[in-house]
This record gives sequence, structure tokens and C-alpha cells, in this order.
Amino acid sequence: MNAALSPAGETAVAARSENPAVRSLTRRHYFRWWEALPWIVAVGYYFAFPDYLSFGSELLIAILFALSLDLALGYAGIVTLGHAAFFGAGAYTVGMLAYYGVWNEPITSLMLGALAAAAVGLLSGLVLLRTTGLTLLMLTLCTMALLEEAANMGHAYTGGFDGLPSLTIAPVFGLFEFNPLYANTQYLFSLGVLLPCFLFVRTLIYSPFGQSLTGIRENVLRMHAIGSPVRRRLIVCYTISAALAGIAGGLWAQTNAYVNLSALDLDRAATVLIVLILGGYGRLYGAFIGAVVYLALEHFLAELYPTAWQLGLGLLLVLIALFARNGILGLGEAIWRRVRARRNAP
Amino acid sequence: MNFATDFASIVLGGLSAGTVLFIVSVGLSVTMGLMGFVNLAHGAFAMFGGYVIVLAMNRAQFGFASALALGFVVTAAFSVALERLLYRRLYRSGELDQVLFTIGLIFIFIAATTILIGPSGQTLQLPPALDGQLDLGFMQYRTYSVFLIVVGAVIVLGIWLAFERTRIGAQIRATVDNRRMAESLGINVDRLFTITFAFGSGMAAIGGGLGAEFLGLDPQYPLKYLVYFLIAVSVGGLGSVLGVYFASLILGVLNFVLTFYLPKGGTLFIYALTILILLARPQGLLGRKEP
Repeated sequence: MNAALSPAGETAVAARSENPAVRSLTRRHYFRWWEALPWIVAVGYYFAFPDYLSFGSELLIAILFALSLDLALGYAGIVTLGHAAFFGAGAYTVGMLAYYGVWNEPITSLMLGALAAAAVGLLSGLVLLRTTGLTLLMLTLCTMALLEEAANMGHAYTGGFDGLPSLTIAPVFGLFEFNPLYANTQYLFSLGVLLPCFLFVRTLIYSPFGQSLTGIRENVLRMHAIGSPVRRRLIVCYTISAALAGIAGGLWAQTNAYVNLSALDLDRAATVLIVLILGGYGRLYGAFIGAVVYLALEHFLAELYPTAWQLGLGLLLVLIALFARNGILGLGEAIWRRVRARRNAP
Repeated sequence: MNFATDFASIVLGGLSAGTVLFIVSVGLSVTMGLMGFVNLAHGAFAMFGGYVIVLAMNRAQFGFASALALGFVVTAAFSVALERLLYRRLYRSGELDQVLFTIGLIFIFIAATTILIGPSGQTLQLPPALDGQLDLGFMQYRTYSVFLIVVGAVIVLGIWLAFERTRIGAQIRATVDNRRMAESLGINVDRLFTITFAFGSGMAAIGGGLGAEFLGLDPQYPLKYLVYFLIAVSVGGLGSVLGVYFASLILGVLNFVLTFYLPKGGTLFIYALTILILLARPQGLLGRKEP
């Protein structure tokens, strides 16, 4: 007999749909009104600060890169120090294709960059993700360093330390000129790349696949016990994350019209980690908050007082690690919860 | 003959560099093995100690040996203060928080050094007794390099004996192997950790001072050599003194030989080798515990 047809089953279904906990669980992937805010702000920025659009593009790229790391680190719990490997793979693919005049159509070359980065992610993930903890940290770090050295060594093709300057990128859709002189085109193009990537990540993490990633992060043994293919899930997640980082890297190369070793170095990997953790990892919007706060601070402080900026950043990191483990968003959530609890209390 | 002496001098140079790497990293290996704490800021203690030693010699007319002793004591005391105040809050948190915290510490050290002492490198003036050439029988070689190799061998022997023969060494070994069991047997792991942390930081200070002559000493030191410290520790095996010693020597010699015979791509080979070793033995060459 079908349980749903029995009277008991019907009441159970009715009770379940009225239960607020169940309701919030079944609707947790619905769009909330405030989720439109970042995009409204992004469009508003375009009109409000026409002189700072290249900074805006830099910001959007940082968000995309941090978002890709969030998928691997925040959701699947893969602690990596070498995420710039994929950023660099995408950047060098786009850069070299454009520099040697092979291919410079912006959208398809981003896809090629994503493919190249995904290939690196898949190959390294296949071997690296068997390990955890310090070993994984070291292996990701060494993989990135290996790529950096390779890019340095392949001087004849990659330009070595100096990189490849003055890339020419074809107009977007064959209509809109694409180079650093047209910051407005670059900004809108970056926004147009970030939005579908974000929607993809958002869909992914609310899918059963994304749920299993969170499960792996929280308790690997239990996921093994319920028969989840843990390693395969991690590898797929790592590859997707790498592809997104590759898109960010490709976009970086396109908007700057150059590519150099800084795309692959420890500095970049550490910065994206800091951006994500500053905003709050495993939270989808942490990448947005972190990138805005970090880049704004860096942009205005680092040029005026470079040493003080480094000191302040160090203090900030120490404070976050000690007191605000979930970043700015986590802090906001904690305050919000406290305010709500006080309001609900008689 | 020419090739043989060339090669021998390169290997000796590598061994002395590897020795410095060992002296800096050994404390990191033991503290990581004990607490599983990912302390990326270990190199900052080496820099701190190096500065204390060099400044004591250049500005306060300390002798080389007494400056080294001073560096050890000051850095050990300073690290205990940091450990008591900050590090211990993070023992139970994930390695991500630890990575973030120690990266933050590195930035603070770099910025503070730049502000207080200046961005330029410091130079260490060796005592004349160590600055000359030594006749090794088959060739002449720098006294200081030979001195470093001998000092390193003495240190590794001393630490190894302390590990194998003393009570506290036995406690450290037990805790590295199985911390919970050690705790339930009444070993005060907290105190043990503070002691090893202080000792490890003091050793790092000595390493910073001994290496200042050819590694240089500037505010970027903790970041510049971070990867090398981590490779030595992870390849050698957490908590294994001999492992770190051998890994450091191999790393030093490989680095020298490759830079000489294969100036391009030498480091590429080192990274690739590290990856291969860690894939084959995730716990490192001589590590016993699964990390």
C-alpha cells in the first residue's frame, strides 16, 4: 500500500510541510531577495564610478577566483595552498594563444583556458587527493611551484620572468573593442562571465552533489560508510574548481593584456586564501565580501603605506584566526542571531 | 681530477647549506609532530634570531659564539611568550586556521622588521678563525663550510641522543606516536610542547645566524625560504630528527649540484622529486605516523 495514500501518511505530509524546519530545508535553495543586491551594486558601480572600472574588473576577477576556491576549500574541505596553479594555467593558455595569434576571441579562449586548468586540476587531483593534512598542503604547494618553474624555464614560449606583454584580444561578439583602454567593455564582460559562473556554483552546491561535498568535509568516514564515492566526488569538485579558477586567470590575462609569473606564485595563492577566509568560507557570498574588503583596503592603503598595510593585514589575519573563524559573514551572522534572539525574547 | 674537486666542493657546499636547513627546520618537525600544528611562521623565528645575532655582533661587539647563545636564549624566550599567548589557542582548530594565523604572523614579522630595522639586508662578519681556507688533504675548502657540517653533525648526534636516552625524549617520542595514549599515561603534553617549541625556535635562531652569511638576512627571509623548510620537514617525516637531517642534506646537495650543472630547471627537479616522494610515502621518508 502506498504510504502517501493512507490517512496517517497524509497527516504526516501535512505536518511536514507546516514544520518551519522542514520548510526552510526544502526551500533553502530558493532565491532570497537580498541575493539580487550584489548584482544591483555591480551594475550601479558601473554608472557611479566610470573612472574606476578597471579596478572593478580586478574586483570581479578576484571574486570569481575566490568563489572557485570556496568550492574546493569551503565546501569540500580540500585545504590547498596551490590554487594559483589553475589561475596560472588559465592565464597562460589565454595569454599564449593570443600572443602567438592562434586564437584571441574572448569567450572561446576563456573556455579553452578553463579546459586547460581543468586538465591540470584533474591530473593533479587524481594523484594528490589521496592525501590529507600537511601532505596535501605540501603537494598542492609543490605542484604550483612546479608549474611556476616550468613557466620560468619555458622562456622561449612563455616569456619567462618577464611574461608575455601587450596581448591583443579580439572584440567581444566582434563588436566591442577589448583592451585596457576600454575599461567599460572589460567591466561588463567580466560581470557577464562572473554571473553564469556564480549561478553554476550556486546550483552545484545546493544539488545532491554539493550536499555530498559538505558531507565529506564534515565527516569523511561517515560518507564512506553510507557508500558515497568520496574520492571521485573530490576529484570532480577539484576539477570544476580548477576550471573556474582557470576562467578567472584567463579573464585576468585578457583584461590586463599581459601574463607573467605572478599568475602562478605563492603570493597569489595566499592572497586568494586570505580573501576567501576574510569574507567567510563555505558561504557562497564570502568571496564577494572578502574580495571587496581586501581589494579596497589594498588599493587605498598599500600604495600609501606598503609596510603599514602588511602589518595591518598580518594583524587582521591573526585576529580572524583567533576570534572570527568564519570571517566577516560569520561575524555578521553571529550578530544577526543575537539581535534576533534578543528581539524574540520577552 | 678537475671534475672530481669541482664536484667535491659542490657537494661540500650543499652539505653545509643542508646543515643550516636542518638546524632551522628540526624544531618545526618536532613541534608539528607533537601537536600537528602547521606553523608556517617558523622561518620568522629563524629571522628574528638571525637579526638578534647579527645585530649583537655588529652593534654590541659580541663574539660569534656568545651572539649565537644570546640569539638562542632571546628567541626561545620570545617564542614561549608567543606560544603561551597565541599559539595555544589554536591547537584544537583546523589546519586552515593555523595556516591563516601563521601567515598573518609572517606578515607581522616582515613589517615589524622593515619598520624597526629597515628593508635592507644585514651582513654577518665571520670571526677570522672561520673565514679562511682549510686543507682537507686532497683539496682546500672554506673553513666555515666545514665548520658548519661538523656543527650540524654534532647537533644531530646531540638531539638524537636526547631523544633516545633522556626521559623527556622518550615522552616526546611517545606523544608523537600517540598523543592521547601519552596524555592518559600522565605525560604533560602542554608543558612538553612549550619546551620543544622554545628549543625548536632557539635552534631556528641559531640556524638563522649560522646561515646569514650565505642565505642573507632581510625582512623577506621567512617567506623566501618557507618552501624549503616545509619540504625538509614533510619529506623527512614529522617528528623524526634523523629524517629531517637526511632530507635537509639531500635537499642542500641536490640544490647545489643542480644549480651548478643544470642552472635552468634545477628547482623543477626538486619540486618533482618532493611530489614523488610524498606520493609514495605521505608520512615522509622516516616518519612513522600517518600525517
